[in-house]
Amino acid sequence: MTSISTRRLAKELKEIQSQGCPVGIELLKADDFATWWFSIQVMGESLYQDEKYTLQFRFDSQYPISSPAVQFVVTDGKEAPIHPHVYSNGHICASILGNEWSPVLSVIAVCVTLQSMLASCKKKERPTDNDRYVRHAPDNPKKTRFHYDDDE
Amino acid sequence: MDLGDDFKVSSKGKRKSYEVDYDSLSQSAVEKSMRDDAEHIRGILGVENDTAKLLLRHSEWNKEKLIESYMDTPTKVLVTAGIILPEVDPQSTPTPIRTQTSNSSSSRRPTRSTSKLLSSLSSGSRSSKSSSSSPTNHYSPPKVSKLSKSDEPFVCPICFDDDPKLRTMALSCDHSFCSNCWTNYLASKIRDEGEHYLRCMAEGCALVVPDGFIQSVLIPEPGAPIGDPAEEAENAKVWARFQELLVRHFVGCNPNLKFCPYPSCTNTVSCPSAASKLSLTTLVPIVSCGARGIGGQTLSQSQQSLGLQGKEHLFCFGCPIESDHRPVVCPVAKMWLKKCRDDSETANWIKSNTKECTNCQSTIEKNGGCNHMTCKKCKHEFCWVCMGPWSEHGTAWYSCNRYDEKAGQEARDSQSRSRASLERYLHYYNRWANHEQSAKLSVDLYAKTEKKMEEMQITSALTWIEVQFMKKAVEEVEKCRRTLKWTYAMAYYLAKGNEKELFEDNQRDLEKAVEDLSEILESPIEPENIPNIRQQVTNKTVYVQKRNEIVLEDTANGFLDGRWKWNATVDGFDDPDPSAIAL
Repeated sequence: MTSISTRRLAKELKEIQSQGCPVGIELLKADDFATWWFSIQVMGESLYQDEKYTLQFRFDSQYPISSPAVQFVVTDGKEAPIHPHVYSNGHICASILGNEWSPVLSVIAVCVTLQSMLASCKKKERPTDNDRYVRHAPDNPKKTRFHYDDDE
Repeated sequence: MDLGDDFKVSSKGKRKSYEVDYDSLSQSAVEKSMRDDAEHIRGILGVENDTAKLLLRHSEWNKEKLIESYMDTPTKVLVTAGIILPEVDPQSTPTPIRTQTSNSSSSRRPTRSTSKLLSSLSSGSRSSKSSSSSPTNHYSPPKVSKLSKSDEPFVCPICFDDDPKLRTMALSCDHSFCSNCWTNYLASKIRDEGEHYLRCMAEGCALVVPDGFIQSVLIPEPGAPIGDPAEEAENAKVWARFQELLVRHFVGCNPNLKFCPYPSCTNTVSCPSAASKLSLTTLVPIVSCGARGIGGQTLSQSQQSLGLQGKEHLFCFGCPIESDHRPVVCPVAKMWLKKCRDDSETANWIKSNTKECTNCQSTIEKNGGCNHMTCKKCKHEFCWVCMGPWSEHGTAWYSCNRYDEKAGQEARDSQSRSRASLERYLHYYNRWANHEQSAKLSVDLYAKTEKKMEEMQITSALTWIEVQFMKKAVEEVEKCRRTLKWTYAMAYYLAKGNEKELFEDNQRDLEKAVEDLSEILESPIEPENIPNIRQQVTNKTVYVQKRNEIVLEDTANGFLDGRWKWNATVDGFDDPDPSAIAL
C-alpha cells in the first residue's frame, strides 16, 4: 500500500510547488516521500516576531491514515520555540498530531495549525514536565502518549 | 445489571466450600447477551439496532443510566454518542482568519481543511486558552462532498484518486471517501490500535462509524464481484477482531464478567459472587473458562506425557494471578508475591538449590521431588527442608512444617531483630519455593518413570491400564504441592494463636502425606514389585486427596466465618491486633 502514501504526498508536493505555501511557511527540502522540512515563522505581532523555526515531517507507509511524525528541528544550531506545548527536544504536544489526527488533514494544514499555535501564545515558557520528558523521550514523538492538557 | 439472570447455571452437584459458583461463556454466548441488551434498548427507546449498540457502548453498557439520560435529553445523548450531528447555528460558523491565496484551480483541493482547521484551532492544538469559541458550536459540518458530487468528478480527499468508477461511502455527515481509504482506515484502527469506537475520517467530525457500516466496508455483500482473496481474508480477520474487541469492551464494563487470560482464548467467565472487592475477603474465586490447552504452544515432552496440553484454563476471577492460589485469599496472595519479588533475590535462594550433607559436608543437589535425602557418599539420611535426620520424620513426630518460635527467640537474643525477621521469612519462603520446585521435579521424574513402564509393558505381561496408576498420583501430588505452597504464604501472615496452630496441623498432615506419596513414586520400579507399588500408590493417593480436601475446606470455612486473624494489615480485613504484628 505504499502507492497511497506516495500518490498522496506527490499530490501534496505538486500543489505546494504550484500554489506556494501560506505566508510564513516555506518548503525547505522534500527530496523523497519519507522526510520533509519546512521553515515556519509567525507573521504579524506575536511573541515570536522575527524568529524562524524548522519543522520536520516524517511519513510512514500508512500516511495519511496514520499521522506524520512532526517535530521542530533542534540540531545544527537550530532550536525549538519556547512554548508551553513544545519540548526542548522539539517534540510537540498537539492533539491533531495524535488522537485528533484526521486523514483529510495535510502537511500544509499541520504547518498552519502549528503556526497559529505559536501566534496565540501568551507566555513564552517550556512545558512544566519538560526536563523529565526530554530525559526519557522516544526518538519518534508518535511513540509518546501525550496527555492533552486542555482537553475538555 | 441483570446479567445474573441471563447467565443462570445449573449447579453441578453439591458445591464445596472452597469452590465458587460460576459459569463459563463462549464468545458467541456473550455476543448473544449483547444482542439481547441491544434489542432491549431498541424496544424501549425506539431506535435503530446499530444506534442501540452505539448508545450502549457509549454508556458502558449501563442500561438504566442510558435509558434515564435518553428519556431526559435524547438529542444530547445522540450527539455525545456520535450518532447524529449537532444542530449548527449558522451565526456561529467561524469565519476563516486566513485563507490560502487561492486561484480557481485550487477550489478542488480541500481548502476547507485550512479554514476549518483554523476554526477548530482552539480544540485542535489546545494551545490557546483564550480562544472564545465555545466547545458546543465550534464544529461545523462541511458540505463539500454533496456539492462536488454533482458539480465535478469525485476526488477522494485522502488518496486523491479520481477514477470515475470509484466506490464512495459516507456516514450521515456526508463526508465521502473512497471505499479503499475507508478499508485502510478501519483496518488500521481495529488491527493496529485495537479501537472499537471509530470516528468519521473527516477532521473534527464526531460521528461514530456504526457496526453495519464497518461490516459493509470489510465484508463484501453476497453476490458482489470476487475481489482479491488475500485481501478479503485479511478484511474478514479484521472484522472478527472487531467483534472480539466489542466483546472485550462489554466484558470489561461488567464486574460480573472476566475475560479468560490464557493466550488466544476468547472465552468469558461469569462469577457474580466474586464481583465485589469485599467478597474477596471471604472466598477465593478460582474459575475455569472451560477451554483446555494453549493454541500454538509447544510443550515439553514430560508435559505432553502428563496430558498437560489439555490442561484446563484455571485462573483467579478476583485478581491477576493466573493460577490456582487456594486456599489463600487474593489480598494475602498478592502481598506474599510482592514480598517474594522484593526480598527473594538473595543468596539464600541460590543456597536452596544445593546443600551440604549434615554428616559429611558433601555438596548435594536435589534432583527429585522427594525431601528424603540419602547422601551418596556417607549414606546419611536427612530431610532436605529442615536438614534434620530423616528418622525423626518417619515417626509420628514431624516438625518440618513449623517455624520453631523458641529457636526464633534464641536467635533474637544473639542476633538483630532484622536478622530474625529475615529468618522467619526465609523459613516460609524456602518451603514455598521447595513445593514449587518439587512439583516440577515430580513431573520430570514421572516422564522418566513412564518411559520405563512403557518398556516394561513390552517386556512383561503387564497391560497399559496396569501401568497407568502413576499418572493419577503425580497429578495429585502436583495439585497438593500447589495447595501446600500457598499454605506457607498464608501461615507467614497468620497471627499467632490456636487458629494458626490448627492450620499448621492440617498443613503438616497434608505435607507428610504428600512426601510419603512422593517417596513411593521415586522407589525403583521392577516388574515383580509393580502390584505392591500399585497398591501403595493407590491407597496413598486417596489419602492425600482427602488431606487436601480438609486443608481447602477448613481454610475456606475459616474465611467465611472470619476466623483468620493476620499479623499484618491486609486489604479488606480489620487491622491486626497490635500484639499480633510480626516483626
